[in-house]
Amino acid sequence: MTTTTSSLVHSPTFLKGDEFSIDTFALLKQDGSLFEGATAPELDREKALRIYHTMVFTRVLDERMLAAQRQGRLSFYMQCTGEEAAVIGSAAALDDEDMIMAQYREQGALAYRGFSCDEFMNQMFGNERDYGKGRQMPIHYGSAKLHYMTISSPLATQIPQATGYAYGQKLAGDGHCTITYFGEGAASEGDFHAALNMATVHKVPVIFFCRNNGYAISTPAVEQFAADGVAPRAFGYKMRVIRVDGNDVLAVYQATLEARRLAVEHNQPVLIEAMTYRLAAHSSSDDPSGYRSKKEEEAWREKDPILRMRRWLESREWWSDEEEKALQERLRREVLETMKVAQKRPAPPLESLITDVYDTPTPQLNEQLKALEAHIRRYPEAYPKSSSRVSPTSSSAVTGQGGH
Amino acid sequence: MANLNLLQAINQALDIAMAADEKVLCFGEDVGGFGGVFRATSHLQEKYGKARCFNTPLVEQGIIGFANGLAAQGSTPVAEIQFADYIFPAFDQIVNESAKFRYRSGNLFNVGGLTIRAPYGGGIAGGLYHSQSPEAYFAHTPGLKIVVPRNPHQAKGLLLAAIRDPNPVLFFEPKRLYRASTGEVPESDYQLPLGEAEVIKEGSDITLLAWGAQVEVMEQAAELAEKEGISCEIIDLRSILPWDAETVATSVLKTGRLVISHEAPLTGGFAGEIAATIQERCFLYLESPISRVTGMDTPFPLTLEKEYLPDRLKVFEAIKASMAY
Ligand SMILES: Cc1ncc(C[n+]2csc(CCOP(=O)(O)OP(=O)(O)O)c2C)c(N)n1
Repeated sequence: MTTTTSSLVHSPTFLKGDEFSIDTFALLKQDGSLFEGATAPELDREKALRIYHTMVFTRVLDERMLAAQRQGRLSFYMQCTGEEAAVIGSAAALDDEDMIMAQYREQGALAYRGFSCDEFMNQMFGNERDYGKGRQMPIHYGSAKLHYMTISSPLATQIPQATGYAYGQKLAGDGHCTITYFGEGAASEGDFHAALNMATVHKVPVIFFCRNNGYAISTPAVEQFAADGVAPRAFGYKMRVIRVDGNDVLAVYQATLEARRLAVEHNQPVLIEAMTYRLAAHSSSDDPSGYRSKKEEEAWREKDPILRMRRWLESREWWSDEEEKALQERLRREVLETMKVAQKRPAPPLESLITDVYDTPTPQLNEQLKALEAHIRRYPEAYPKSSSRVSPTSSSAVTGQGGH
Repeated sequence: MANLNLLQAINQALDIAMAADEKVLCFGEDVGGFGGVFRATSHLQEKYGKARCFNTPLVEQGIIGFANGLAAQGSTPVAEIQFADYIFPAFDQIVNESAKFRYRSGNLFNVGGLTIRAPYGGGIAGGLYHSQSPEAYFAHTPGLKIVVPRNPHQAKGLLLAAIRDPNPVLFFEPKRLYRASTGEVPESDYQLPLGEAEVIKEGSDITLLAWGAQVEVMEQAAELAEKEGISCEIIDLRSILPWDAETVATSVLKTGRLVISHEAPLTGGFAGEIAATIQERCFLYLESPISRVTGMDTPFPLTLEKEYLPDRLKVFEAIKASMAY
């Protein structure tokens, strides 16, 4: 069976892929006022401030952690700077129990859900309180409690997984959907295409949220794809799509709210492309001065999404300079103090090397752990993170797994 | 001769290969203007233009599929995979296509011009996904060559040989050594043979075998052992596929003992293959079981990376155990 209702034409007519472009949905101007004809989404004061606080927290966290990385306290960091409205605005439009499957730059979404400063720090320092047990690089957060899937570094792998997860949600009939975030770079991976295709074929309640921030490390979007962004790809799959100004928190919020409604009420997958800019370096290992101009960055700094939202809040008299100052100070102190404590916490126990590989460690793994313990007992000074934890005589075979 | 680090040596090899043959192209994620995230391809785009050195979209299966096509056409693609951990999206293109192009077509077509470069290995606080050593997966695939340099001099000579070898070659670069390893590198265009191990230090009591970043660990362990009067012969395997069983067996026939080390997990690691072969060839000469010092059978950890990695102390203990057997 073919799936097209194509009619015949009798001259060779090539449709042009470059003939259309997709509009951008925007509500809020940089001065905090609404565009003419635009209506702000329903957003009460409490929720608006929760969003705003999270944006400021994320910015403060980014600044402090980058500084900590520069001081050698932290091995690695990735900032969300410039993309706070896209990430937090969308997360705020979801139900707190919808699943989030993020790429890596979405700490704002996790913070919005209530991941504490301490929880962030424990992951970054890979200490014994890190839910991921010190196995992944900083910023690879996860929280089952907050419905935030643990980050995986291989790009785009979460996108088809989101389709599958959401299909399960549909079968479970629990009224929830999944949102998956990714960059315009990751959208080049085969996984992205597989995910969209399966989502429309199987009518899955999933939101594909592309943060088009202009760069994949040093590669500008024009070298990533020839098309008008990522959004037009939805047509190929017969998927609903919207492009929004990703620095406009109100537009992002409203678009995601509507996408969620389509997903949950009609099992319609939706693609959202948020146009934004990665203001910071790709990561703490990157130096963007090698591939883009300060001038270009400055132009985007003028479009700061946090400032835009702040002005809107002020125009409604929901926010003031004093409150801003107090918030900034409180968050700075919180981040610094929490960091100090987390940094000093011990490493995960040696057994964590062999747990979670399987539900229970294999005999080989237990043997390997035993041999390692014996070795560390022989050279305690060479393995300072573990030597104090290895008992001087007995070895610990792991039989069951403590879990979360 | 100039003192270069490993990255600079790789850059020089690429530069020489591109200057000598206009069919040589290099591409991959961030490879173009920026010169790659590690800067291995710096300035090549300036010199050879965007048609021959460029950024690709972020899709490894696309990069290698594209490179397979290019190579089949008669070009000499040198594709970069940003980290060896991200070679797996291209696994199908490498294992089912690159490796089998010549065989399945009865040599009507081949992708012999293909070289794939990828930084591999741990020791850089990279955790699960920036530390893997995937050579064993590919070593199970007839039709590929796999090469791992240990220092700048080798990196240049082996990479030039890999690019010019008429077979698809995977070239795994020990990223921990990118800037850490420096040495004298001839300016000239030279090649080192693929498929040949190098005896880097002669000794009589025990043979130590490794490749890439692990060779340095062997050297450190040998120093400890020599202080106890144990004479170590050290071999750098250099090529994982095909591998030089002859050189290793000759050494083991002399010393009667063998310790092999790699960072990848023990089970199914390439040391297992070597141990089986050497045991076959040298059984009556072995004074002790062949010993493997490797990563554990777990994914690569972060905080406990030091505990996980085979280091000089673990190798030293293996040497002593072998001597005392
Ligand atoms: C499969 C895979 N290939 C390559 C990488 C290395 N890498 C990490 S981030 C990145 C760029 C991603 O860009 P984009 O998806 O646009 O997201 P952004 O960083 O801009 O937020 C690359 C190439 C990876 N993590 N996974």
